Amino acid sequence: MPRTAGRHEVADPRAAVADAFRADWGAVVAYLIRVTGDWDLAEECAQDAFAKALERWPRDGVPRTPAAWLKTTARNRAVDRIRRSKVGEAKVQEVAVTAHSAEVSDENDSGISDDRLRLMFTCCHPALAVDAQVALTLRTLAGLTTTEIARAFLVPDETMAKRLVRAKHKIRDAGIPFRVPPAHQLPDRTTAVLAVLFGLFNEGYSASGGAELVRESLSTEAIRLARLLVELMPDEPEARGLLALMLLHDARREARLDDDSQLVTLEEQNRTLWDDERITEGLSVLDSALPFHRPGPYQVQAAISSCHVTAPTFADTDWSEIAALYDALASMVPTPVVRLNRAVAISHRDGAAAGLRLVDELVAAGELPAYHLLHATRGELLRRIGAVDESAGAYRVALDLAPTDAERLFLQKKLVEAIFLL
Amino acid sequence: MRYALLICAEESFLSDPPGGDDARMKGYLAFQEEMAARGVLLGGERLQPMATATTVRVRHDDVVIADGPFAETKEQMAGFYLVDCKDLDEAIEVAAKIPAALYGSIEVRPIWEM
Repeated sequence: MPRTAGRHEVADPRAAVADAFRADWGAVVAYLIRVTGDWDLAEECAQDAFAKALERWPRDGVPRTPAAWLKTTARNRAVDRIRRSKVGEAKVQEVAVTAHSAEVSDENDSGISDDRLRLMFTCCHPALAVDAQVALTLRTLAGLTTTEIARAFLVPDETMAKRLVRAKHKIRDAGIPFRVPPAHQLPDRTTAVLAVLFGLFNEGYSASGGAELVRESLSTEAIRLARLLVELMPDEPEARGLLALMLLHDARREARLDDDSQLVTLEEQNRTLWDDERITEGLSVLDSALPFHRPGPYQVQAAISSCHVTAPTFADTDWSEIAALYDALASMVPTPVVRLNRAVAISHRDGAAAGLRLVDELVAAGELPAYHLLHATRGELLRRIGAVDESAGAYRVALDLAPTDAERLFLQKKLVEAIFLL
Repeated sequence: MRYALLICAEESFLSDPPGGDDARMKGYLAFQEEMAARGVLLGGERLQPMATATTVRVRHDDVVIADGPFAETKEQMAGFYLVDCKDLDEAIEVAAKIPAALYGSIEVRPIWEM
């Protein structure tokens, strides 16, 4: 333990522990998983190390490098526990040796050296169910408690606890490696990590409910993890694209719901409520991705978002640019949802009839029959070309399919407007 | 780690493989040669069709015998390999090279080591 290391006076050692928890929890857990190979032990010993910090730091002062102090304390704890659990001296030796060599070099096959990145890739391994990937990422990397995660996903604590245990056991028993995948697997696996982080963000961003605060924290965690990913994979422009996209979406959070928790469309949002700081940061992160000349879906979506946030009014939106970006996006990810959004962009550039033709193509192809926004979009476009009855019909279908109260209220309002030609 | 790679596919694909019987045989020989050379292949067998299966249970000291497989599913188990791989990533990579992965599915199961 670096007892002799320099210590400095910190006004509030307890706050220093809390800060260290936010900043270093993931790194401590990741380090311990690598040296012990045991996820449960790693979590428990990380917890013990933070508890010890709460006890020691007020008395002895805050160590100059809290992360190193915490890792060493946690590792010593792990050696103690392994010794006591009678797994044998061999395992203790192994941990001691691994820990020693680990500090010298933790390079991996991809030349990226950070335990947190290994942890991120392992949590997001495609052999784990997606909900388990998300939960594991929040628990081990972000340090959320099982109860917090359960509350965010609206499941009982016990269900979430079981999900986490099952995932950790699968990692151990199925031999999922703790590493950053080698170069030939890296692109696919990076896509999986990005998808988990974006899913996490959307979970926190999607329509409201009583748990808005909890959900907002999910988006915040997703942004924090995306920042970390950018730091760990500085040469991956899609990580930057994802972070930019999250920031630009998040900038509009306040304006997205009105005082009664009703959804406010982009067109009707009060743009003075948008968070300028977030927008500035989002735009600059996106700019930092472009020099790589490796466009990807997240960068394109962030670029679309940047068109929206830089338009002074809805009427000033650069729809030609947005439509062109959707063309690019649709060629990268030709999903029906992307084609639907492209239709909306084109309706603003070339008129409602042009957009409607594209939406009707989706309908004719039997795509997204149960997606409320497909019908809501049809309703809107039909209203704009003056087809009142058909518009109302489409809104009624959308209303039946809408998944949340906020969206139902919104569609109800639209239906009334369509019928009364408001 | 040792893994069982369980090969599952619809019966129609098994009796009438895409590309014909010879192509399938060649595909499996190439796979086995590659994996044996790599040192991961411990063993494996092809199974007779589902129609030959008999299911055995012991209930209240009675041996209950039934015609057919344990579960009537569209996909049936056609065979298996036993491999020794570094980790799940390698096992997945090996599984993806089994010819049936193109039309059926391969279940990767770690062996319960005693």
